[in-house]
Amino acid sequence: MAAKLLAYFDTGSPIHRLNGVTKLSVFLLFSVTGMVIYDTRCLLAMLVLSLSVFAWSKVPFKQYSFVLYLILIFSALNQLAIFLFAPEQGVQIYGTRHELLPIAGRYTLTAEQLFYQLNVLLKFAVVVPPALLFLLATEPSEFASSLNRVGVPYKVAYAISLTMRYIPDVQQEFMNISTAAQARGIDLSRKEKLGRRLKNMGAILLPLVLATLERIEKVSAALELRGFGRNRRRTWYRSRPLTRRDIVVLICAVLISAVAFTITFWDGSRFYNPFL
Amino acid sequence: MQSSKGFSVKTIVAIGIGAALFVVLARFGSIPTGIPNTNLQTNYAILALFALLYGPWAGLLIGLIGHSVADLLSFGPWFSWIIASGVVGLLVGLLTRGIRIHDGEFGGKGILRFNIAQIVANAVGWFVVAPVLDIVIYAEPANKVFTQGFAAGGMNIVIVAILGTLLAVAYSKTRTKRGSLTREA
Repeated sequence: MAAKLLAYFDTGSPIHRLNGVTKLSVFLLFSVTGMVIYDTRCLLAMLVLSLSVFAWSKVPFKQYSFVLYLILIFSALNQLAIFLFAPEQGVQIYGTRHELLPIAGRYTLTAEQLFYQLNVLLKFAVVVPPALLFLLATEPSEFASSLNRVGVPYKVAYAISLTMRYIPDVQQEFMNISTAAQARGIDLSRKEKLGRRLKNMGAILLPLVLATLERIEKVSAALELRGFGRNRRRTWYRSRPLTRRDIVVLICAVLISAVAFTITFWDGSRFYNPFL
Repeated sequence: MQSSKGFSVKTIVAIGIGAALFVVLARFGSIPTGIPNTNLQTNYAILALFALLYGPWAGLLIGLIGHSVADLLSFGPWFSWIIASGVVGLLVGLLTRGIRIHDGEFGGKGILRFNIAQIVANAVGWFVVAPVLDIVIYAEPANKVFTQGFAAGGMNIVIVAILGTLLAVAYSKTRTKRGSLTREA
């Protein structure tokens, strides 16, 4: 259970040297664009671009390999579920029907369905590289200041950086409590029945939650003693001005999104239909 | 100790650390039910509990931040469900306003209200918000997303009803009841 969560590691690449604000903005822009558009050409172009930027950042493979496997499993299951539940969704969206391979009963593989599912996959895949880049290539202490700079209230930004700060601690505490409980014979493994397992999980959650509540008291008392939250604004230890490189990247990202939106909605539909 | 404007310091810290707890439990605290790909997610008990303890804004933000970070750390963000988590936290917080659990008052009535609140919140979040957003954002097939929503929502209701209630009762026992001191004659 010692799986390490994603961690920042500086490879010195140009991506790492970009301002956190830039990376966050690009991530948000790409997310919104990826959510709205359904145009295969734009999605493909954006994916190729973000993948090459990702490769350029030289983030070592072992840092995200685990995540990659999860992504693959999740997408495979999701694709399968879509096909099982709605084998004709693509036909419905694109309005034509090219049968490729009848499977059984109502399940017939159509070109439209394949194309539609490719689009669903692309929409999800487009968001992943910028998200990982923001997470892996931004110094954690720059996180909060970046969020604050793009308009998130500083208290919320600070809460997010508290989350990142306390994940390893809470994880450690969870491990300690769970090992201690297991040593006393509280079994969490597959060998126990479901109801019993739930009860045993409760036995671990109870001390964990009470310890967490106590931690909240302590941390908030410490923050209050230091006068946190007195003023409407605050300064950040880690906040750098935008350089020319950042501005260029930002302008490019805005242009890409604008172009993607224009191409997508040119014909009044968010879908790109190659079957007409 | 309300700060000059906006959230109190305690709410902010509760959001931050609560979201961290949510993330850790999303990763390590899920119990497989035996049906493939359906787990009992203990982190939703935490979400409901923290919404009850620290209010609707904490619930909303713990849901949004916790689910986003948990998704980013596993398979990338799936926005419709992230938003649904936020809605669940917000609604639990709103509907349990007035339960004075910090004063150690969480008896039968409180338990009932908390559970009605969580059932309503989970129903809105997973039976309505998540599937509808799946359709709007990802154009996924309706029968698939509603099946998923009902499965997830149902299990979350069960987990909050059992673990969430248990944790809330345990917490209320650690608090000193208001007016519990009597003057000796």
